[in-house]
Amino acid sequence: MTTTIEQTTEIRKQQVDKGAHGLYLARKAISRGLIYLLLLLGSALYLFPFLWMIQTSLKDLSQVYIWPPVWFPKPLQWINYPEAWEILPWATFYLNTVKLAAIRIVGTVFSCTIAAYGFARLRFPGRDFLFLVLLSTMMLPGQVTMIPLYIWFTKLGWVNTLKPLTIPSFLGSAFFIFLLRQFFMTIPHELDDAAKIDGCGFIRIFASVILPLAVPAIGVVTIFTFTGSWNDFMGPLIYLSGIENYTIAIGLQWFNQSIGAHMPRLMAMGVVALLPQILLFFFTQKRMIQGVTLTGMKQ
Amino acid sequence: MAAKSQLAPSRSRRYLSQKTGEAIWGYVTIAPWLIGVLLLTIFPMAYSIYLSFFDADFLGTMEFIGLDNYKRLLFEDTTWPIALRNTAFYAFVSVPIGLVLSLLVAVLLNQKVRGLALFRTIFYLPSVVQGVAVAVLWRWLFHPWYGPINGLIQFLGLGAGPDWFGSQDWAMPAIIIMSQWGIGGSMIIFLAGLQDVPQSLYDASSIDGAGTMGRFWHITIPMMTPTLFFSLIMGIIGSWQMFTQSYVMTGGGPNNATLTAVLLLYQRAFQGFHFGLASAMAWILFIIILIFTLLILKSSAAWVYYEGDIRK
Repeated sequence: MTTTIEQTTEIRKQQVDKGAHGLYLARKAISRGLIYLLLLLGSALYLFPFLWMIQTSLKDLSQVYIWPPVWFPKPLQWINYPEAWEILPWATFYLNTVKLAAIRIVGTVFSCTIAAYGFARLRFPGRDFLFLVLLSTMMLPGQVTMIPLYIWFTKLGWVNTLKPLTIPSFLGSAFFIFLLRQFFMTIPHELDDAAKIDGCGFIRIFASVILPLAVPAIGVVTIFTFTGSWNDFMGPLIYLSGIENYTIAIGLQWFNQSIGAHMPRLMAMGVVALLPQILLFFFTQKRMIQGVTLTGMKQ
Repeated sequence: MAAKSQLAPSRSRRYLSQKTGEAIWGYVTIAPWLIGVLLLTIFPMAYSIYLSFFDADFLGTMEFIGLDNYKRLLFEDTTWPIALRNTAFYAFVSVPIGLVLSLLVAVLLNQKVRGLALFRTIFYLPSVVQGVAVAVLWRWLFHPWYGPINGLIQFLGLGAGPDWFGSQDWAMPAIIIMSQWGIGGSMIIFLAGLQDVPQSLYDASSIDGAGTMGRFWHITIPMMTPTLFFSLIMGIIGSWQMFTQSYVMTGGGPNNATLTAVLLLYQRAFQGFHFGLASAMAWILFIIILIFTLLILKSSAAWVYYEGDIRK
C-alpha cells in the first residue's frame, strides 16, 4: 500500500527536474530521522521510571540521598529485597491479591460472557432498552453507590472479608459485557443458523459455536480483570481492615507510610508489586492491544 | 429478521414457541447482570439519594434535614469548592494533553517505522501498571533534591526545579505530568484508528497535490474524530474520579492543593462517617460528570465525522 503512494509521488518527482528530486529525498531523510529521534527520546522518557525504580531498589541507603546520583550501584544490594520482605507479611498480601484476582476473573468471565451472548444474539422484549441501561451504568461514577453498598455490606457482616470485593463480580460488569458483546457481534450469524438447522438449542449454540470463537475476547476480559484487580486500591482500602486480609496495594501504601524514607526497600517492594503485571503484559501483549482496540473503536 | 418473519406464517406455531424459548433464554443469560444492576446500582442509587437528605452517620443515627447537605456543599462549605476546582483543573488539563500526546505518538508509530512492536510496547507498558506502586515511584522521581526530574531541569540549565509536592502551585502539575505516563491505552486505540484510515484517501489527496500537513489536517484528523471523541469522554469521566494518586502521594496537600472531589468524599464518608453529606457529594459529582459528558456529546455533531452509517 505504501508503494502506491510512493510510486505515484516518485513518478511525479522524476518528471520534475533532477535537483528537485534530490531535495525531495533529502527532506524525506530528514523527516525520517526526526521521527526516529522523537520516538527514541520518548521511549527513553517512558522507560526511565522503571529503570530508576530498579536501580534505587539495588542501592545502599547511603547511595540514595546524594546528587549527582549513583547510576550504577556497586555492589548491587540485592539484600534490600529479603530485608524489605521480612518487615511486613508480604506473602500473605500476595496470596490475598492473587485470590481476589482469581475469584474476580471466574465471576466476571462467567456472568459477562453469558450476558453478552444474550445481548448480542438472542431476541427478547426490552433487550435494547436494557442494553441502554447497561451503557448508562458505565457512565455512573462508583462513588454514587459506594456508601449505600458499604452500609449494606456492613450489615451483612461482610466488612473485612473478601466478599464485598468478589461477590459483585458474579453479577456482571457493564464494561466487559459491552466489550464481549462487541466481539460477539462480529461472529457471523450464519454459524448460529447452521447450528440451528442442525437442531442445536441456544445453550448448544453458545457452548459449541460462540464460546470457542470467543476465546480471544474472554482472554482479554481475564487479563483486564486481573490488572484491574491488581491495581484496585479504593475497594480494599474501604473494606479490608485486618492485616491478614491486606492486598499488595494496601500493604505497599502502609509500607510507604511507615518506612517511606528507606527508598531502596520501598522501591524493592514496588518492583515486587509490579512484577506479576509486567510479566503478564509481556506474555499477553497482543491480546491486551486487541482488547483495547475492540473497546475503543466502536461507538 | 425480515426473512424470519416471512417464514413465520407457514410454520407459525413452531416459530412462536421458538421465539418464546429464545426470549426466555435471553432473560436467563442476562439474569446475573440484571440482578446485579438492581442490587448493586439502582437500589443503592435510590438509597444514596435518600441518604443525602439526612444527617446520617456510622452509628445509624439519622435525622432528616431536607436539602441542608446540598445547601451546605453549594454555599457554605469552603473545602468542597476547592476539591471541585482541583478536580476540574486536573481533568481539563491532563485529558487534552494526554490526547494530543497519545495521538502524536500514534502518528509517529504509524509512519512504517522499524521496531514498531518494541516502541509500542515501551509506550503501552506504563499504562498497564497504575496504582500505589506507580504513585510511590513518581513521588520519588519528583523528589526536589535527589529526584531525576529536577536533576534534568538543572541539567538543561533551567535553574533549580520546584519543590513539587511541597509546593501548592506545583503539586497538581506534578500529578498531571505523572498521568501522562499512562497514555498507552489511548495511544493503542489511536494507532488502530490510524491503521483503519483507507489508504485510497491518502493516495487521492497525494495526486491532488496535498502535502504532509494537509493530509494530516484534512484526512487523518477528521477520520480520527470518532476515536478522539470516545477517548475524550472516557478520559473526562475517569479523571473526575481521580483518587489514588492524591491519596498516596500527598494525602490532598499541601494546603489542599491536590485534594480531589473523590478524596474529600472518601474522607467525609470513611474517616468522618458523614454518610449523608458524602452521598450529597457523590450526587453533585455525578451531575457534574453528566453535564460535561452531555456537553461533549452535544458538541460532537459539530466536530465528529462519521463515515457512512453507524454500524449496528
